[in-house]
Amino acid sequence: MSSYSITEPSDRQKWIAGTLVVVYALITMMPLVWIFLTGFKSPADAISYPPKVLFDPTLEGYVNLFTTRTRQTQEFLAANPPQTWADEIVRQYDMVIAGPSKFGERFLNSVIIGFGSTFLSIFLGTLAAYAFSRFKIPLADDLLFFILSTRMMPPIAVAIPIFLMYRNLGLSDTHLGMILLYTAVNISLAVWLLKGFIDEIPREYEEAALIDGYTRFQAFVKVVLPQAATGIASTAIFCLIFAWNEYAFAVLLTSGTAQTAPPFIPTIIGVGGLDWPAIAAAATIFLLPVMIFTILLRKHLLRGITFGAVRK
Amino acid sequence: MAEVVLQNVSKSFGADIAVNDVSMTIPDGSFVVLLGPTGAGKTTTLRLISGLERLDRGEITIGGRSVVGETPAQRDVAMVFQQYSLYPHMTVRDNLAFPLRSPILKTPEDQIARKVAEVAEVLHIPHKLDNKATELSGGEMQRVSIGRALVRSPSIYLMDEPLSSLDAKLRADLRIELKRIQSDLGATMLYVTHDQIEAMTMATHVGVLDNGKLVQFGTPREIYEQPVSRYVASRLGLPRINILPADLFGGAPAGASHIGLRPEHIAQGEGKPGQVMRVEHLGDHTRLHLVLEGHDIVTLADPHSTLAPGDSVAITPRAALYFDAAGARIA
Repeated sequence: MSSYSITEPSDRQKWIAGTLVVVYALITMMPLVWIFLTGFKSPADAISYPPKVLFDPTLEGYVNLFTTRTRQTQEFLAANPPQTWADEIVRQYDMVIAGPSKFGERFLNSVIIGFGSTFLSIFLGTLAAYAFSRFKIPLADDLLFFILSTRMMPPIAVAIPIFLMYRNLGLSDTHLGMILLYTAVNISLAVWLLKGFIDEIPREYEEAALIDGYTRFQAFVKVVLPQAATGIASTAIFCLIFAWNEYAFAVLLTSGTAQTAPPFIPTIIGVGGLDWPAIAAAATIFLLPVMIFTILLRKHLLRGITFGAVRK
Repeated sequence: MAEVVLQNVSKSFGADIAVNDVSMTIPDGSFVVLLGPTGAGKTTTLRLISGLERLDRGEITIGGRSVVGETPAQRDVAMVFQQYSLYPHMTVRDNLAFPLRSPILKTPEDQIARKVAEVAEVLHIPHKLDNKATELSGGEMQRVSIGRALVRSPSIYLMDEPLSSLDAKLRADLRIELKRIQSDLGATMLYVTHDQIEAMTMATHVGVLDNGKLVQFGTPREIYEQPVSRYVASRLGLPRINILPADLFGGAPAGASHIGLRPEHIAQGEGKPGQVMRVEHLGDHTRLHLVLEGHDIVTLADPHSTLAPGDSVAITPRAALYFDAAGARIA
């Protein structure tokens, strides 16, 4: 039997393709690697030119990110020896740790608002997409266009009306306000993407479930949802990435209680010069949840991209 | 099991009349086959009974109870679809157990296990129970989807061309199997097909649909021997009935425009001479393709017939059907 095949690429083609993918991956990963490494540099190493690839790693950036520090007199420092490794690090600048910084809270806000709005977008989006896909809705096409039209301008174009509305409604600087806002922006994407996925699921499955003794809602949960998992996962990633990275509205509408990480990170710059390692440390930590979420759903995402092409 | 009655049932999709004033009684324990070409309204009739489509007009009763306002689940029907029948995210076992786990039946798990094993045995798939539904061959999938109907004891089984996607051998096997299961269970079955062999071999009653109308309902023998129209006559029989001008052989009743002659209803040896065009030796019998005054005629001959193309054969009708210009049978 010959191993020759028309559709299978040759070894040489595989090598070329592989090399291109690796080169592309290296290029796109460069900024991430730079941010990751900078987080472990000292402030001097961080700004040295040419950039140092080899350096003495330090957790200074991370300590600075998570703490507030005050400068103290030599007498005070001598009287209070450092208690922990973090104390040791700040001592070299004659400082002591005064307390935790706001980063933890801001990061938690990002998690609550990011995942909260993603959940809400997917929840509402799936139900709406199912309805558009399966039921005869009067003016369905116009409604779908209307939903999509909310994305035809940059969201920030309506910043001022939203700002005023939020102030009057008492939604400014609240978790609920930010969740609703990001959901409103994401819902059109969610409805359209999910409708595409649900359209691909043959109705016969639900009809079979209806006859097998289930109500429409039970059929939706037991038969449609598991098959839409791919679409739901990839849509969730898109929604989360938007909500997670959103900066402009976060700056405009949050200042304290509900401030997310993106508007907080630049404020690190303002404190005592440019603390690049702390900023890089914040960016690194900030990247992690989306990265983990995407890796967890990666299998679905890949299938999501090829959805429709391989099913029939 | 129960008797199912359709009274003046109609259903349109926009301007399309899919089912037009159909009345039919499916007796308890019968095997009714709906026959007709694509678009005749067979599948819509099934879907109306199952509750997947809403009636425009008419009445459907199952076991004497009107089901018009009921959901598919409440109607207690089981249906086998033509395709896309298995839940792809479940194993074969879960697919079979799915109807039993429904909120309406809520069968205890030990009973489910027993019932599933039983049905798997009947359909020769016990070794596939733990496969994903997508890891089956076409024939296995269809058997599982028939099994999903058989795990229940519904008022009526509805089957929408369940065998059409299978290869010939499997189709023949399952045909026999289905018929056996139906008579063992004493089940009421409504079966849609456009395969006349399925209709002839399995049915206790055949309903012939044309453009949404039920044109004839009766036993397979009645439909074959006493068709009400040219259309019904040409639905059953292989090779198809020969439709010829009524005056070709003479003796036609008044008003007849066509004569219908089934291949076996042509006597050889006397009458008008036809020319043999083609001879097909099929083993158990031989098919003769003749031309008589410019008309193609198919008839049968002895398996060891020595006729050859070019020979002349005299033929005459033996049991003819006569149709008027509109296609209705007049004699």
